Amino acid sequence: MIQILLSIISGVAVGYAVRRSAFTKYVSRVIQIIILLLLFFLGVSVGSNKEVVNNFGTIGLDAFVIAALATLGSLIGARMVYKLFFERKKNDV
Amino acid sequence: MKDSLLYLAIFTIGLVLALWGVLPDVLLSASISKWILYGLLFFVGIQIGSSKGAFWAIRSIGRRIVWVPVATTLGTFAAAAIASLILPLRSLTDCLSVGAGFAYYSLSSILISGYRGAELGTIALLANIFREFMVLVFAPWMVKHFGPLSPICAGGATTMDTTLPVITRYSGTDYVVVALFHGMIIDFSVPLWVSFFAGLG
Repeated sequence: MIQILLSIISGVAVGYAVRRSAFTKYVSRVIQIIILLLLFFLGVSVGSNKEVVNNFGTIGLDAFVIAALATLGSLIGARMVYKLFFERKKNDV
Repeated sequence: MKDSLLYLAIFTIGLVLALWGVLPDVLLSASISKWILYGLLFFVGIQIGSSKGAFWAIRSIGRRIVWVPVATTLGTFAAAAIASLILPLRSLTDCLSVGAGFAYYSLSSILISGYRGAELGTIALLANIFREFMVLVFAPWMVKHFGPLSPICAGGATTMDTTLPVITRYSGTDYVVVALFHGMIIDFSVPLWVSFFAGLG
């Protein structure tokens, strides 16, 4: 938690300091490459967990149904809140 | 969509390599991805700090920001209740406990294993990994069909760390503040909700 906040805050400070430099154009590219790395490690952690791998079929389906519905439910909630509170004030978000 | 396929491929490569057991032990330790994550957050910070409107947005978003975690929580619980009707083996409180993980799979799976045993714990692990994964892969689709708040609500507790970069990328830097606020609130609520539902009946 502390590390997470420190990482972001130090980044914000550096970003503010270099906001006029050409370097900031490449930041979103760097972010994408790091996302790819993290996804690779997420795959590794699933693949190296014996209990998850052995029961993947039966347990996986139930997990998928809950995850898909829970995600869909929150998407619908997100859309409602956006329509109600955010869309009409689009200019000041 | 090209990005999504690339993400899916990279995840699968990691999964297959781990199954094969060809990876050195160093790569299997959780600390590596934790440091990569901190590096990532640092760059996300740079993006926030160097973007023009971000600081100003903090003040202008105002009180409506609290509706975002409310939408996440109510939407998730309503849908988890529906899931319990579809899945014969899982009770209402099983599904609500798993849903209350809000993609925080490490904590929720451990808590649920403690209350309900390893099977539901494993379901919680997988379901909440799926949830994070869906945001990482489908964020552009979500934004297109459900608006810029949708990957934030879908991302649950992860919107202040792992899914923050995709939210930044597809909802825009204006929503970073919403994502951080939302992630913090949901993050704190996970152990409370999971203990509440898993402790029932």
